[in-house]
Amino acid sequence: MISQIFILSSKGDHLIYKDFRGEESKDSINVFYEMVTALSGDQPPVVMSHKGLHFIHARQGGLYWVASTKTNPSPFTIIEFLNRLAALTKDYCGSLSEKSVRMNFALIYELLDEMVDFGYIQTTSTDILKNFIQTEAVSSKPFSLFDLSNVGLFGAETQQSKVAPSVAASRPIMSSRGEQGGKNEIFVDVIERLSVVIGSKGVLMKADIHGEIKIKCFLPSCSEMRIGLNEELSIGKSQLKGYSSAVRVDECRFHQAVKLDEFDTFRILKVCPSQGEQTVMQYQLCDELPCAPPFQLFPSVEKDYVNRSVNLSMVLIFLKLRCDLPPKSTALNVSITVPVPKGSTSMSQELSSPDQTAELQPKNKALLWEIPRFPGGAQLSALFKVDVPGLSSASLLEVGPVSMSFELPKQTCTGLQIRFLRLSPTQTGLSQRWVRYVTHSDSYTIRI
Amino acid sequence: MPYFGSEEMVKELKRALSNPNVQADRLRYKNYITKVIRYMTQGLDVSALFMDMVKASATVDIAQKKLVYLYMCTYASDKPDLALLAINTLRKDCADPNPMVRGLALRNMCNFRMPGMTEYIEQPIVAGLRDKASYVRRVAVLGCAKMHSLQPNTDIDGTIVNELYALLRDPDPVVVVNCLRALEEILKDEGGVVINKPIAHHLLNRMKDLDSWAQSEVLTFLLRYRPRSDDELFDILSLLDSFLQSAHAHVAVATLRLFLQLASAHPAVQADALLCTSAPLLATCGAASRELRFAGLCHVQQVMRSQPGLFGTHYKRFFCGYSEPTYIKFRKMEILVELVNDENVALVLEELRSYCTDVSPELAQAAIAAIGRIAQTYSEKCLDILTGLLALKQDHITSAVIQMFRDLVWFCPQSTAAVCQTVEACVDSPQDSEQALLWLLGEHGDQISSAPYVMEGYIDGLKTELSSAVKMELLTASVKMFLCRPAETQDMLGRLLHYCIEEESDVCVRDRALLCYRLLQRGVEETRKVVTGPKSDPSMSVLTGRQEEPISQWASTFNTLGPLSGCDLCPQTAVISAADQPSSSAEKELLPESTDVTLSSPDDTEEEISLSLGPPLSHETFEKMWLDLEILQRQTMGFPRPRTALDTLQAALQLVKIQTLAFTPGATVPWKAYIYTRSTGTLILAELLQGDQHAPGIDESLVVSVKQQPVNQHAIRGFVSILKGVLQTLNVDSS
Repeated sequence: MISQIFILSSKGDHLIYKDFRGEESKDSINVFYEMVTALSGDQPPVVMSHKGLHFIHARQGGLYWVASTKTNPSPFTIIEFLNRLAALTKDYCGSLSEKSVRMNFALIYELLDEMVDFGYIQTTSTDILKNFIQTEAVSSKPFSLFDLSNVGLFGAETQQSKVAPSVAASRPIMSSRGEQGGKNEIFVDVIERLSVVIGSKGVLMKADIHGEIKIKCFLPSCSEMRIGLNEELSIGKSQLKGYSSAVRVDECRFHQAVKLDEFDTFRILKVCPSQGEQTVMQYQLCDELPCAPPFQLFPSVEKDYVNRSVNLSMVLIFLKLRCDLPPKSTALNVSITVPVPKGSTSMSQELSSPDQTAELQPKNKALLWEIPRFPGGAQLSALFKVDVPGLSSASLLEVGPVSMSFELPKQTCTGLQIRFLRLSPTQTGLSQRWVRYVTHSDSYTIRI
Repeated sequence: MPYFGSEEMVKELKRALSNPNVQADRLRYKNYITKVIRYMTQGLDVSALFMDMVKASATVDIAQKKLVYLYMCTYASDKPDLALLAINTLRKDCADPNPMVRGLALRNMCNFRMPGMTEYIEQPIVAGLRDKASYVRRVAVLGCAKMHSLQPNTDIDGTIVNELYALLRDPDPVVVVNCLRALEEILKDEGGVVINKPIAHHLLNRMKDLDSWAQSEVLTFLLRYRPRSDDELFDILSLLDSFLQSAHAHVAVATLRLFLQLASAHPAVQADALLCTSAPLLATCGAASRELRFAGLCHVQQVMRSQPGLFGTHYKRFFCGYSEPTYIKFRKMEILVELVNDENVALVLEELRSYCTDVSPELAQAAIAAIGRIAQTYSEKCLDILTGLLALKQDHITSAVIQMFRDLVWFCPQSTAAVCQTVEACVDSPQDSEQALLWLLGEHGDQISSAPYVMEGYIDGLKTELSSAVKMELLTASVKMFLCRPAETQDMLGRLLHYCIEEESDVCVRDRALLCYRLLQRGVEETRKVVTGPKSDPSMSVLTGRQEEPISQWASTFNTLGPLSGCDLCPQTAVISAADQPSSSAEKELLPESTDVTLSSPDDTEEEISLSLGPPLSHETFEKMWLDLEILQRQTMGFPRPRTALDTLQAALQLVKIQTLAFTPGATVPWKAYIYTRSTGTLILAELLQGDQHAPGIDESLVVSVKQQPVNQHAIRGFVSILKGVLQTLNVDSS
């Protein structure tokens, strides 16, 4: 059972504090903050204890979401509950940030009051909660549908090739009546996280894909929705079909509200989405990548002496990066981190276009190369000259492995697609349906 | 409160709240109330506004009511007299036609934590238990528990308990679960809620209606149910089978725990359940939430204690992502080390190798330690990597590598030659690893040609050396070196002894030097007998290495905070705290070199006891006896293990006739040592254990568990106090 719940900003400001059992004083917030800021990286900070009081915390949106307890509960339950609390806050407030929590603290207190009683979780379902929540959310930023600078960030695309801006889904689910149009929207997002290790010879060493289908529903009440996935989707290793075009995942799990009676034959999910965001399906594919890995790197690292007599030496790092996506698609916010030898002092670079940036971060012993847009099929190269006084040949060993982070809009690596999205005909009122695909790099490492 | 000008603020708010113009304007009024709550959250004392807030509670605006109730619950205990004023409004709300208002009022009234509240809330609670609306019933059920917690020492009200048991059949699932929770609290002194067969079966049948939070809670309650027969057991298990694959990790894990517990007599069922849950567990290890990932990893580690092979094929899942926080990377590395086998060793080592140059020194050192542990099985491949790392000439890496070399030589004598060849090359060892290097030089000086010259460098720099541990190690190493290469060492050993005896201020170092000097006076052969011990102990790696534990060893802490903090949090392990035992400073005089140590125990009425070594015990015999015997005494020492080198500890224990059988290498956590001794016809075996020091809040102190054959309580007491004395002395020395 939970004794207290509190939300702290990263600077330790008290944003929300609720004591459910009166067992502990409010000082425990400060105790917690002192403990968490005193931690160095190697200590497990998820669970901390102080005089018989255990703090379990999760970090979401730059905030600490903390539950304290005097019993010995299931860590999974508490962590998932804290995550759920954060997700609900996001649903109700539109976005998750210190500002939005500050502005909506009355609403969050109201949520907490209904969610937890005497330290016991009562309900976290939006369908039930919406009957009880009276306070209206205050949006932290004015919502503008035509915020064109963000167009295509998630690559939203429907049959009509309309594009919804990425901020479209970050607004409170229970916004007051009579706001801008497009209120009756449903967003279905297919989000995949890619974690890849590519060996030094370009061999794929490890490739895992964690994917999920999320629905964000703004309809106050929604009748059954049918989501059609690729018909040729096969699940599990045994079901490998003869032809290669099959989309395959190793295993998948569904939200308990999803009806699966048409899934086995037609690959159709039936669900009555409740207001807010929910994950209807999670799936994963391990040790296999149906397509080529999105990026291939051809590095060359050399040692060069500027002036042998004063031992002024430098490392030449030449990187050729190829994007193996189909020509029409683009990778966004690509950043490449290359570890450099200890003691690197300065760096000069030759980049192929002005929108790219590169900087040396001596504190992290790394250089960071950033490419805002990277079209499929393109190849970019960069030359870095890093000055390292007193370089030994062994120091070259410190260069590598290269890690990358990027975002692939309109892309799923498994090839999972949503064929159609149908609301049952009884649905009243106009509703807009959006399907968005995005792949994030969870961890993309290339060894040199 | 640290907020400047808070009194002004409160006054201003008070003025505003009592201003009739503001009260008339509902929006403005509510705004001020919101402000009060905001200050309250920030830690400002706004209790002076209680009166005004009570007035504000009489409103039809539910949102405003909620804010005011939040305020009142917070300050009710400070202002009990004023809180009584609010009760009338609340009681009126309890009879409101709107169930939401009824529930809200009842819930908050029960949350007033002040004496004398019971008489006001009892009647509304009893009425609430029979309310038509499930929302009110939920609140009322927990209200019973709150009422009980207000006056914990009163007799349990039988009618309420009966009513709660009856409400277990309520159609609303949350009411059912709340009943369990309330009964558990009310009947805590009697062992909690009783789960008999009808209740258990009723709960099992309702499982499908519950939401995930309730499911995992009910599964936890069901842990205390014991099925009557195997048939019933298997019925239950097949009913719960689908929950093992639940999309919610907390349900899947709670189900697994129940399976492990119920099927404790059916290992095959347990294995099946583990296999079934391995997929959801692995999925949590890759979850988007870091915290969930960490919890998943910790539980995977627990499962691996019994089923090391379960995750073997999934070893790539435990490769570290570059953006992951260090605490996750550490766990992943620990798991990777356990998962190494002939097929994947090359890939795992390549992966670990890439962590060794990480920007975080802790991570790099942990990766090197991981490679060092794998080296105990695959020494050749790992030695290549470790040797390659030395070329980087970075202090933290070199230091970790040398320490690994020392452990490796101790555990796997076959790698000695290769290590010695490498050590030859790295003469200037960074701090932290000096002791390890000196040990290697002393122990294997015959194989390292440059050893005396390296040693000479240390002896020449002795004046600037700060650590007494290094000096002591240097003394021992030099004496050992003298025994194998006298010609090259004699002169510098003389200088070393002279310096340590004449100029050294640290008593321990001086004593050690005197000991060495007197030993040498007795002749080389005598010295050799004393100084040279075994050069390696391969059998220890068997003892410290993981064996497959029975599932029951960890099942009780599965899905609790225990695995996450790296230590058993369960309160039932009775640990006698050190405070109960008067500690005696007299024992500090324990270390004189008399052959038969006798000492007076802290309790003056006790007789003296003496320990003796007797014939040595083999590892096998020890292990067998350890497994056969019961723990007679477990005691927390109240201080951590001495920070001295492990061989110092061993030597010190030997002096008081306690033989060390095995211990885990210095840096490992948890740290363990097995020791034994004899006393007046009885054999005492003991284990010293120090848990993870980094685990939060868990006592850092050593725990000693004692087993004995035949039992003699008196001897145990004596043994423990001797042991304590030695450890304390060492602690004082090292600090």
